[in-house]
Amino acid sequence: MRKAKFESRFRSILAHFVLCLLSVMCLFFFYILIINATRSHAELQKGFSALPGTSFIKNLLNVANDGSFPMVRGIVNSLIISGCSAALCTYFSALTAYGLYAYDFKAKKVAFTFIMAILVMPTQVTAMGFLRLITNMGLYDTWLPLIIPSIASPAVFYFMYSYMQSSLPLSLVEAARIDGSGEFKTFNRIVLPIMKPAIAVQAIFTFVGSWNNYFVPALVIQSKEKMTVPILIAALRGADYMNFDMGKIYMMITVAIVPIIIIYLLLSKYIIAGVTLGGVKE
Amino acid sequence: MKKKTKGISYAKWGYMFILPFFLIYFIFSLLPLLDTVRYSFYEYYRSGIKVIGPNFVGLQNYSSLLKSDMIKYGANTLILWLIGFIPQIVIALLLANWFTDVRLKIHKQQFFKVVIYLPNLIMASAFALLFFTLFSTGGPVNSILMSLGMIKKPIDFLGSVFGTRSLIGFMNFLMWFGNTTIMLMSAIMGISPDIFEAAEIDGCNSIKRFFYITLPMIRPILAYTLITSIIGGLQMFDVPQILTNGKGTPDRTSMTLIMFLNNHLKSKNYGMAGALSVYLFIVSAILCFFVYKMTNDNDPDGSKAAAKRERKGRR
Amino acid sequence: MRKKLFSLALVVAMGTTMLAGCGGSDGAKDSSNASGTSGSNAYENVEEGKVINIYSWNDEFRTRLEAVYPEVESTSKDGTVTKLKDGTEIHWIINPNQDGVYQDKLDQALMNQADAATDDKVDIFLSETDYVFKYTDKDADMAVPLKDLGIDPDKDLADQYDFTKTTASDADGVQRGSTWQCCPGLLVYRRDIAKKVFGTDDPTKIADKVKDWDTIKNTASELKAKGYYTFSSYADTFRLYGNSISQSWVKPGETKINVDQKIADWVKDSKEWVDAGYVDSNIKGQFNDDWNKAMGSKSKVFAFLLPAWGIDFVLKPNWDGEEGAWAVTTPPQEYNWGGSYIHAATGTDNPKHAKEIILALTGNKDNLMKISKDYSDFTNTKSGMQEAAKNKKFASKFLGGQNPFEYFAPVAENIKIAPLSAYDQGCVELIQSSFSDYFQNNVTEDKAKKNFETSIKERYPDITEIAWPN
Repeated sequence: MRKAKFESRFRSILAHFVLCLLSVMCLFFFYILIINATRSHAELQKGFSALPGTSFIKNLLNVANDGSFPMVRGIVNSLIISGCSAALCTYFSALTAYGLYAYDFKAKKVAFTFIMAILVMPTQVTAMGFLRLITNMGLYDTWLPLIIPSIASPAVFYFMYSYMQSSLPLSLVEAARIDGSGEFKTFNRIVLPIMKPAIAVQAIFTFVGSWNNYFVPALVIQSKEKMTVPILIAALRGADYMNFDMGKIYMMITVAIVPIIIIYLLLSKYIIAGVTLGGVKE
Repeated sequence: MKKKTKGISYAKWGYMFILPFFLIYFIFSLLPLLDTVRYSFYEYYRSGIKVIGPNFVGLQNYSSLLKSDMIKYGANTLILWLIGFIPQIVIALLLANWFTDVRLKIHKQQFFKVVIYLPNLIMASAFALLFFTLFSTGGPVNSILMSLGMIKKPIDFLGSVFGTRSLIGFMNFLMWFGNTTIMLMSAIMGISPDIFEAAEIDGCNSIKRFFYITLPMIRPILAYTLITSIIGGLQMFDVPQILTNGKGTPDRTSMTLIMFLNNHLKSKNYGMAGALSVYLFIVSAILCFFVYKMTNDNDPDGSKAAAKRERKGRR
Repeated sequence: MRKKLFSLALVVAMGTTMLAGCGGSDGAKDSSNASGTSGSNAYENVEEGKVINIYSWNDEFRTRLEAVYPEVESTSKDGTVTKLKDGTEIHWIINPNQDGVYQDKLDQALMNQADAATDDKVDIFLSETDYVFKYTDKDADMAVPLKDLGIDPDKDLADQYDFTKTTASDADGVQRGSTWQCCPGLLVYRRDIAKKVFGTDDPTKIADKVKDWDTIKNTASELKAKGYYTFSSYADTFRLYGNSISQSWVKPGETKINVDQKIADWVKDSKEWVDAGYVDSNIKGQFNDDWNKAMGSKSKVFAFLLPAWGIDFVLKPNWDGEEGAWAVTTPPQEYNWGGSYIHAATGTDNPKHAKEIILALTGNKDNLMKISKDYSDFTNTKSGMQEAAKNKKFASKFLGGQNPFEYFAPVAENIKIAPLSAYDQGCVELIQSSFSDYFQNNVTEDKAKKNFETSIKERYPDITEIAWPN
């Protein structure tokens, strides 16, 4: 009995130790990043120091005033694109899920199978045709090709569908019908509010996914004033010519990831609960 | 599936509600796919400011890809994925087991979960750029190691195959182990407590319990994690692209398939990019089929649904 | 090896929409322009637009323009818009040069030039020696011949160094661009290291120690014995070799890359240097953080091979010690590195401004002398640079009171520009990155060659063959 107690104690200590180690690993890089973002180029040239410097404001201003890497503009662009994508994606996914969940029609089975079949198809394989298509449609170098396709997100659909199965009784829909509510109105007034938790979680994930997306925007966006944050970051990596101020580089990375970290910390409870709800990785 | 009252047909509403999804999918995914397939049979590219083609060349793009290093890049992708995935699944299993073990009484569980999930949300490109600066020969990591006296000369992390691949794997590990942990946790919590109790009475220790009960019970979700992770691995791009500035250095050993595709897209070689896309499509389609198998009958042993119900109940 | 059917389609129907209002040729397609040898002053009657779009890869051109173009009123704080006194706005479109990003974006814009709204058209763009050829090509007709703008190169630009004029001309000798700078390179070295190792920092004595490749090798071993690197990276010496190639990378009309013997020499010598520890093997290429750090006071690197812009734009910002620590001297071999050419884009709606800007920046001796003085650029005026070499006012504080022009001027007069092709930038970039692995002992020489072949074919799909010197 004592041995068992000792063993479980030992395991507990080990578990905490490993957890702390992993946490340090996760946070260590952000620590360096933020420290370095507060130091000037000359200080950084001299090597690493664990203490913050005094150039935080200066670096921040340098980032804000750089016209060739318009970070502030990029963040605003990313916010708009990600926001619109999240809104469209969740609404239409819920709509599609509802269409397949609440109605019986001939093509239902086929439609459902089709969506499940393309559940995890990577977008990259169609990138080339996509690029040509949007060029022909005159949508090259616009935001629309980054926003509109999010309407068809099989993974989000699947999440919504599963959620409906567990928390949307069809009797509720029937009741609404008896009350004379139109189908579309039923969806907007009754179904959507019930779906709120699922929508919130998926909105966050879609937002983050779109915020971090690099491949497609990099192909589509040409002009500087339309660029999103990841493209600017990538341009920064390539622009060795301009890398004369490492303090500024660190600050740019900081600026690119801080908005997401803030959103995450505020909503972490829902996000972590949401990871498992649909059981589908992005 | 569901019993419905006969009467007015609501079928048209069903069609209407799913129409936007299919319309958009058709325009932005299916048409491009067909276009991609079509041009894979053509010689079609841009040289500077001149356009060459399209000229029909049959399967020539496909055969020249097979002769190129495509297979090697496929192997690179697989290796990079494995370096990240193996520690990821091991650590995730361990953590998920600990988090769900009531006797361990993990303190600050929520805090740890928040922290380990954090890297998953960070922009891969920013993360890669950060790693690039941190691990450059004159960067902070070398500077710290040197001031601690652990090394005399700076380590050239990105100059060696081992260093570069390990860094990419490590980043993928950091970005995904939190996510996997939380997925597996919910699966473990979905296992009926009765089984664990019975095991306890039979004198099962924690290690045995893990291998004989937990693992077999969460097998479906493990398989699911595996397949989705392979698909994610197949798409690996941002991290190696930014870390090596698109070159896949050293010796193109960290060049992934999508980076290869990106090179062709960048030089506007539509024919070659098309053929490569078709290869990728076939592989993805096979993987999709497995996922479909796993998700379509909506979890074979009910563990996922149970997990879901369980979670709902607890809230 | 395989038969190719090239249907070389010229994508851009040059300037047809633009010229519709010119002369009486309404409606009919303006054929004289499409041929590229349009009658002189085709742009004379164009009405000036309100926005001048300038494509460039950094803010160097902007600062020079602000310094000498008298029409400049002010520039916005983020450096994207410059207002001129007549109300016209210059919009700066800056994209990084590396990895072909700049050219990619520029090509895209030039291909859309015919359909673009007048305010979105590219009006002026810059190109570098590495790829100027692509844009001055007669058939591509991307850059307006200077004559068409009303500039007479023989008269207005007579004081320019001849090689810069040749570089900016198409195969028929029609000049389609002009530069304000001329980029002879020197050897820049640390005085303190020179004193410690050689007992002197006198430029003539140091010049003697680095006068040719054999001598410099001995010098390198002296430096090595005292724990110093001669240069920072294997890439540092590339320009000296690359500049003296005897044949262009790709001959006109061919799809074969010819790797010159000089490039093979560079590979051989660099490997020797890296193995001997004469350069820092940890520094991979140039323009990266490690390279920048090698210019700091803690570094063990003795010298860099840089042109005037390199000293001002690269070395100076990275040096964290006192002024006067560096000095220049004659390099082991004359070379030219860089040079930004100004072109007026075909189809521009601001030809008058383009003319004014090109003349103000590249054909006005007073302006050029001012640029030389304020930015230590070596500018494109033969007589001016000879004067500067003798003028004490051009001494540089950063170089401890040394007058760099004294060293630059003779180099500039001896520069013979290597034969150019449109593929140069890709070749130069990729040969360095491919052989980097070889220098680091990651791959064999043959593998490095193969990697170069693979990546160059990816970059330029029309390349069919690569010929190495035996």
